[in-house]
Amino acid sequence: MNIEVRDRSEAPVVALLPTAIADCDIHHSPKDLKRIYPYLERRWQQHIAEYGLIPRQAYQAGPAYAKGQPDASRRDAWPPSGGRPGSDLAFMAEHHLDPNNIELGVLNMIRPHPGAFPNLDLSAAVCRALNEWQIAEWTQKDRRLKASILVPYEDGPAAVSEIERCAGHPDFVQVLLLTRTVEPMGQRRYWPIYEAAASASLPVGVHAFGFGGSPPSGGGWPSYYIEDMVGHAQSAQNALTSMVIEGIFERLANFRLVLIETGFAWLPALCWRLDNIWAKLKSETPHLKRPPSEYIRDRVWLTTQPMEEPEVRKHLFDIVDWIGWDKLLFASDYPHWDYDEPARALPLAIDPAQRTKLFIGNAKAVYRI
Amino acid sequence: MNVASLGGIDCDIHPALPALRSLLPYLDDHWRDAVIQRGVHELNSIAYPDNAPITARTDFRSSGGRPGSDLDLLRAHTLDHFGSKAAICNCLYGVQLLFSEDMASAFARALNTWIAREWLDREPRLRASIIVPLQSPERAVDEIEHWARDQRFVQVLLPAMADLPYGRRTYWPIYAAAERHRLPIGIHAGSSYRHPVTAGVGWPSYYTEDYAAQAVGFQSQLTSLVCEGVFSKFPNLRVVLMESGCSWLPAHLWRLTKYWRSLRMEIPWVDRSPTEIVRSNVRLTLQPIDTPGEEELLKTIDHIGTDGLLLFSTDYPHWQFDGDEILPAELGADLIRKITVDNPLETYSRIKETLSS
Repeated sequence: MNIEVRDRSEAPVVALLPTAIADCDIHHSPKDLKRIYPYLERRWQQHIAEYGLIPRQAYQAGPAYAKGQPDASRRDAWPPSGGRPGSDLAFMAEHHLDPNNIELGVLNMIRPHPGAFPNLDLSAAVCRALNEWQIAEWTQKDRRLKASILVPYEDGPAAVSEIERCAGHPDFVQVLLLTRTVEPMGQRRYWPIYEAAASASLPVGVHAFGFGGSPPSGGGWPSYYIEDMVGHAQSAQNALTSMVIEGIFERLANFRLVLIETGFAWLPALCWRLDNIWAKLKSETPHLKRPPSEYIRDRVWLTTQPMEEPEVRKHLFDIVDWIGWDKLLFASDYPHWDYDEPARALPLAIDPAQRTKLFIGNAKAVYRI
Repeated sequence: MNVASLGGIDCDIHPALPALRSLLPYLDDHWRDAVIQRGVHELNSIAYPDNAPITARTDFRSSGGRPGSDLDLLRAHTLDHFGSKAAICNCLYGVQLLFSEDMASAFARALNTWIAREWLDREPRLRASIIVPLQSPERAVDEIEHWARDQRFVQVLLPAMADLPYGRRTYWPIYAAAERHRLPIGIHAGSSYRHPVTAGVGWPSYYTEDYAAQAVGFQSQLTSLVCEGVFSKFPNLRVVLMESGCSWLPAHLWRLTKYWRSLRMEIPWVDRSPTEIVRSNVRLTLQPIDTPGEEELLKTIDHIGTDGLLLFSTDYPHWQFDGDEILPAELGADLIRKITVDNPLETYSRIKETLSS
């Protein structure tokens, strides 16, 4: 049950959004895993039947921390036809895409993202199957939707093969990884992925979550789901730090990064801190030619959901001014419970030019649509 | 900014142990023998590589000895120079990083004794944090009880990251003892490196990343302290976050408070918003000021929603600023006085009482 506890009168409600928008984080899912079997070799079908999809965490299936809602989803997002929220395209269109006037929807498969599987051959096989499935069953059936290439990101060469196999298809708009990798994602084992993405002129999208095996805080394993959820902003700060300090942006001129579902208000403070530290410790990283914040300003975009909510809403203006109005991409995170509703999520009276950028212009620019 | 006339309270300075052998007079026979017979190595943490630029300002490095190891230099460089009425010694020698709780307890006792004898006894402006063997909460409480009668010990010191998140109930006896003795828990940048210093993304390559990650580690610890209910159980407990700035705080509170509103059924004992809890129970030392200019710093304080959380610190001998550029003058005399004098005295009641007596 959701109870209104805050005065939302400040938030302008844009009834029937006047213009079409882009939603840069939508989560689809097979109704059950067998739906992808037509795209998966028999050997892996048998493997899954016997061993399942063993993750780097304690439970065979389901989350390490019990979620706040069934399947972490809006209670009204369960399709009448059955199956998980996000598993029925017709219902998603009727429930989300049509009423919110979504012209461009970017699908990010995280349920599961097989890149996090410790068995690297299984990871590659399921990535490949899901990539085939999402084109055949989703983007080809609803032209508003674009997909992200799932890659077995703990196995650089296999990930490169998958990027090369998929990149030519116009329905794919980015390469997708999760933040919590085995090693910080700026490290060399991941460089071939970024090189392949840059060669294909595709941005790399890094979505919150993942299971790299180390605890979700530098101080050990927390107790609660709320800590795990809040912690995705911390993971993203460490991941972005690694990308910058290892010099990915310096080495690859065409590399572009989109951080997805990690929040964004932390970015200015991280940029200040990295610049301040780099100014003193630059002898350690001679491969960096510019202050960290400049690489970020030029080459990093962030999706808006879950949008931070200051007590004084105009404080969010300061943050967006610091980040740049051209760097944020609206996202709803449909069908998850912490969904941001397009008409109400941005509690700011912004001018039409800023609004257009944030709700669609920036997305078209970064995804080159 | 010249703060010397204000008589400030410097809430973070780092006297350095010259070498492990300096502890020998304060160790019992067993551990003194062990250090010698086993050739126990120095316990200098990777959180501050000896010669890394941030570890000591060039003009604070002397030809002999570790920066911060000489009392006369410390007086000249920081106490006298910045006119501090009192300064809190946070000795970062790595006894909290040991795996053996026996060894850690013996070394923590020796280190605290060394601080009392060689620093506090010799310089009345100095105060200190109690180094506790976090490896055993029971023995950490013993260490607090041992020193609590000495009013010159004003805080309990923990590294920013250790075995378990700090809200975990295992640590609560430490908080009960600290609250009982009106000792804030001071959490300082650094880790016992039980885990990678990142939030679940692995062990980074560069020291630059490690130092940057300390602010991120503080965010996770704050989440844990709030969500586990430490401040619900110990409403008078103060936590001071040291040496990772404050600019990360507003965005973190906006996110934490947003998720608290939607997930508080999971943690029903958290009966006030995290933002409110932090404003009443958490403080942060000033250095390093990561904001690039005074405008961003003033906006950050505005975003925090109160100017009562920042505590003056020089972070001596670490390199956080050059010359006297410790605070932008544009902050204004009132705010500077608050940060330099009022907020520290409000946080450390033991300093307030001993200064006025």
